[in-house]
Amino acid sequence: MASTFQAVVIGVSTGGLQALQKLLGQLPADFPLPILIVQHVRPDAGSSLAKLLDERCALRVKEADEQDEILPGTVYIAPPNYHLLVERAGFLSLSADPYVSFARPSIDVLFESAAEVFGPDLIGVVLTGANFDGSRGLQAIKQQGGTAIVQDPADAEARQMPQAAIAATAATGVDYVVALDGMAALLQKLAPRRATLPHITRGRNA
Amino acid sequence: MKSGDVEDVEIRLLLEGVQEIYGYDFRDYADASIKRRLTHWLAESEFDTFSQAQSRLLRERSVFESLLRGITVNVTEMFRDPAFFRAVREQVVPFLKTYPFVKIWHAGCATGEEAYSMAILLNEEGMAGRYRMYATDINEAVLQKAAEGVMPITEMQRFTRNYQKSGGSVSFADYYTARYDRAILSAALKKDIVFAPHNLAVDGEFGEMNMVLCRNVMIYFKPPLKERCLQLFDSSLLAGGFLCLGLKESLEKKQIGARYEELAAPLRIYRKHYG
Ligand SMILES: C[S@@+](CC[C@H](N)C(=O)[O-])C[C@H]1O[C@@H](n2cnc3c(N)ncnc32)[C@H](O)[C@@H]1O
Repeated sequence: MASTFQAVVIGVSTGGLQALQKLLGQLPADFPLPILIVQHVRPDAGSSLAKLLDERCALRVKEADEQDEILPGTVYIAPPNYHLLVERAGFLSLSADPYVSFARPSIDVLFESAAEVFGPDLIGVVLTGANFDGSRGLQAIKQQGGTAIVQDPADAEARQMPQAAIAATAATGVDYVVALDGMAALLQKLAPRRATLPHITRGRNA
Repeated sequence: MKSGDVEDVEIRLLLEGVQEIYGYDFRDYADASIKRRLTHWLAESEFDTFSQAQSRLLRERSVFESLLRGITVNVTEMFRDPAFFRAVREQVVPFLKTYPFVKIWHAGCATGEEAYSMAILLNEEGMAGRYRMYATDINEAVLQKAAEGVMPITEMQRFTRNYQKSGGSVSFADYYTARYDRAILSAALKKDIVFAPHNLAVDGEFGEMNMVLCRNVMIYFKPPLKERCLQLFDSSLLAGGFLCLGLKESLEKKQIGARYEELAAPLRIYRKHYG
């Protein structure tokens, strides 16, 4: 059966820079899905993470701006001090709401809003981290029929976040627990052959 | 139909009802955030579904008011984004000083921290007594708090750090009196600020402003409502006036954009052209 995935969401915390460099660095420039990322950073961290990753990866990496259209083959990083959400109309939005799961940006906020919009056509990935953000979000993705990938805790710089994600989705089960090294290949296997613009239900503001 | 789709229909109906009965229009708020907040409100309420809440919501003002508090999230801080306030101090105030008197509008001021920060900054720059601020919000409960000017003392450490990073050089503690667990802002900061209700989705302009700040409010709006607000600010601003947006908002691709020039590039301070 042809893949119908429309987007990948990734949540990562402690050790995130190295993990993202490795994962994104192994993906080709023509990877057909949009990738939305929450990396926990300090509120005043500035915008250097997206720039750095953009220089080191074949994919285009940018910090998410409000109302960015979600395009295939593009990586969007949540800006420091804002939550990143997916709008029904195929656009991104930002929010200055209170911390969720002790974080802003919060992985749970991104995952839950993406699950609402993409339903079963979403891949959620939880990587290294020393907290519990992302567990509820990954659960939401599973509840909507999406696919859950978690970094093997033994392979993660900080194992709490992957461990918590695996525990939280115990009822449905995680689909893949893999080491970082195998993650890019897995995403390429799951993704459709060619880029299709996300056929998101067009909302009122489309 | 998925249960999620039913909920989308319920939310649409609920927002329509609220608009018709109470005149508060949330229909052009970005879906993802408002849904998050409504779902949160519902979970904390005594109702199981939005349909169930609807009946009492439309009849009892107190239920509506609790919804309003749930929908309008009022997170703010003093000298939020210190680099922005530093740029105001260094690059905007010199222009403001050329006027005998200036008027400033804080749209979506929440509990007032942004307006009080501006008052501190203007007083330090020698503009005491030469400005009036209008600080407005849709949520009257937060306006009341704003007018009191009382904050949890536990916040003061963070606000002091922000203040210092923004280029403030006197002792921040001079601006408030500590009483038990609360910090009471000094009267000198309050006297030239008028707090008033104003709804950006339905209300009109504020005339002849030298500066309008609307930060982290329009990020919650869909494009048409954003455009409405920007038109409102544009018609409120004098030529040569300043428009300040949140760090992740911009005038790029906006209708009024052509009439503005960006002053302090990444900090979203714009100046309206003359003529
Ligand atoms: C996140 S706070 C921003 C506070 C402050 N400007 C800052 O940047 O720190 C957003 C504020 O916008 C207000 N707001 C939301 N919708 C509004 C509307 N239609 N008209 C006026 N204010 C609104 C909310 O009540 C809330 O206080």
